[in-house]
Amino acid sequence: MAAVKETVDQVLSIDVDKYKYGFVSDIESELAPKGLNEDIVRFISAKKDEPEWLTEWRLEAYRRWQTMEEPTWARVDYPPIDFQDLHYYAAPKKTQGPKSLDEVDPALLDTYKKLGIPLKEQEILAGVEQGQRPVAVDAVFDSVSVVTTFKAELAKHGVIFCPISEAVRTHPELVRKYLGSVVPITDNFYATLNSAVFSDGSFVYVPKGVRCPMELSTYFRINEKKTGQFERTLIIADEGAYVSYLEGCTAPSRDENQLHAAVVELIALDDAEIKYSTVQNWYPGDSEGTGGVFNFVTKRGDCRGRNAKISWTQVETGSAITWKYPSCILRGDNSRGEFYSIAISNGRQQVDSGTKMIHLGKNTTSKIISKGISAGRSSNTYRGLVSVGRKASGARNFTNCDSLLIGNKCGAHTVPYIESKNASAIVEHEATTSKISDDQMFYCLQRGLPQEEAIALIVNGFVKDVLQQLPMEFMVETQKLIGISLEGSVG
Amino acid sequence: MLEIKNLHAKIGDREILKGLDLTVRPGEVHAIMGPNGAGKSTLSYILAGKDDYEVTEGEVLLNGESILDLEPNERSVAGLFLAFQYPIEIPGVATMTFLKAALNAHRKARGEAELTTPEFMKRVKTVAEKLNISSEMLKRPVNVGFSGGEKKRAEIMQMALLQPSICILDETDSGLDIDALKVVAEGVNALRSPDRAFVVITHYQRLLDHIVPDIVHVLSDGRIVRTGGPELALDLEKNGYAAYVADAAA
Repeated sequence: MAAVKETVDQVLSIDVDKYKYGFVSDIESELAPKGLNEDIVRFISAKKDEPEWLTEWRLEAYRRWQTMEEPTWARVDYPPIDFQDLHYYAAPKKTQGPKSLDEVDPALLDTYKKLGIPLKEQEILAGVEQGQRPVAVDAVFDSVSVVTTFKAELAKHGVIFCPISEAVRTHPELVRKYLGSVVPITDNFYATLNSAVFSDGSFVYVPKGVRCPMELSTYFRINEKKTGQFERTLIIADEGAYVSYLEGCTAPSRDENQLHAAVVELIALDDAEIKYSTVQNWYPGDSEGTGGVFNFVTKRGDCRGRNAKISWTQVETGSAITWKYPSCILRGDNSRGEFYSIAISNGRQQVDSGTKMIHLGKNTTSKIISKGISAGRSSNTYRGLVSVGRKASGARNFTNCDSLLIGNKCGAHTVPYIESKNASAIVEHEATTSKISDDQMFYCLQRGLPQEEAIALIVNGFVKDVLQQLPMEFMVETQKLIGISLEGSVG
Repeated sequence: MLEIKNLHAKIGDREILKGLDLTVRPGEVHAIMGPNGAGKSTLSYILAGKDDYEVTEGEVLLNGESILDLEPNERSVAGLFLAFQYPIEIPGVATMTFLKAALNAHRKARGEAELTTPEFMKRVKTVAEKLNISSEMLKRPVNVGFSGGEKKRAEIMQMALLQPSICILDETDSGLDIDALKVVAEGVNALRSPDRAFVVITHYQRLLDHIVPDIVHVLSDGRIVRTGGPELALDLEKNGYAAYVADAAA
């Protein structure tokens, strides 16, 4: 036997079949011509029937983007992306914008069914009778939202949950007020690109004092080849509101890299709370590093009011490249930001992920728990910033970064930045790096567990603090996903 | 049931077992005693399949089949259980979760369906109660923060749950006070049956007051140098290992 022996051969033999969401749906698409220029930006805007201000907003972003350079500071290495060799818009032909379920192409419904995402409300309600809680879903396929469930039920509570392209038409005042208010169009290379060409994504508004009655979730699927997915999500929790939101992502196994550059903006006003969870399982590429999704995402939450709370929970198992730093701006006094992360890398995956906690208000608190697991020949970096502004007296942060290595061909790195301009701030940072010990493996094996089950069990134990932050419905699925992601990590 | 023939094994360049023979029949309890460094723990690890050791010669048969080429988990489901001298901590994994995974692995190997949660809970409760293991302890991560006594009781609980055919107890008495020792011994005695055998590895006689062996062996310098009845253990307690060690060296 070879408990945690270095087993590169095994790792190298991880094959694409293990990514169970790698199928391609045969759905005819309408594509924008390849490449990016002002006409394409106008084309996207026109497709979505957007008001003039938004077209202008996109164009401004596009012009800005042309002056920017791709950031290179992250610990990731990939061939240059030819931004002119991509389609910036892809939509299933039969579904022009969201409609009722009866009108949705059955092939699309099948795709989501295969992914385990039921979209028919009656099927979901059947699950409710068996004790599951209902989850409202917005399903985004390439560049468009194909269906959003439970809209009527949510509307009874005043909650708006719809594709952002629809919100632009139906709630222009809200979109105009908040879009780009957390991540401005000038923010960074990818966010600026997204601002110019963003396609679809979810829009959520929870009115004053309302506790959203169900979990909201968006399911992103990239299907078409040579496309980029640029979704834009905007969530606003008005005073005293509460919402829990989960996004899931998968993509077919393709030889070429697919680009995903999303922007998520969260706004929590006085006493509001937003809980945002991600289970990211984009196609990671094959064992040699061919194919896979390049995931360059800007996610930021703004605790704009007093006592506001924003919590990010992420489980990152997919993507060839992950570049992602969900952050919190703690502007309101007594506001609180949390970041819980599990990042698993295997094969040739490269992860550079972490968070930024920007303390601006008084008595603001933040907590960062990051668990990185590296296997195969992957590289896994935690990069985080805790910044305390001059006026943020009484700010507190606690950071804990744990890394677990499986095998000896992978790397784990922790890059914490701490900046404090207020002497009363308390910032704590703890970090550990460990390996699954031979003794732990032997103990599990002696009790009859096969090797891969033993690793999954030990890793699930390692990430438990973070798993507990996920909505119940997704915890079990995630545990299984962790097992699948680590298949072939030892031999 | 368990047959060890002319077993030689080394770790690195150091030979630790030098031609060990042992035959254990169903229903028997064998004690293996010996001074520090005689190879007692090595024997238990080799039987369980730890990969730090290299078997250079000899055979180990379990129910007539050679097990030396089996992975540790295959040996486990074939009915071999090792109660560790130092049980290993697994942070974040609830003891209950661990037990369920282990039991299901055994059931799967036998082609049986997984137990339903209520059925599983019932079984765990039955074995846990006998060993004074509270439901609170079952929720704690495997061996994390357990006292010495709790760890050993948890080992015996796992043994009771998995119903192995051959149980190897490696210095199960170490780190136990007399009350804890009694609880553990009672747990072991409750599992004695005509179709199950035990190999009790210990340095001291006191465990054998509670788990009375049928046969006692003295292991010294990688070989069994003397075999006798329970009285042999008493003699060792009184006169020490010196005489036997000298025999082996001669």
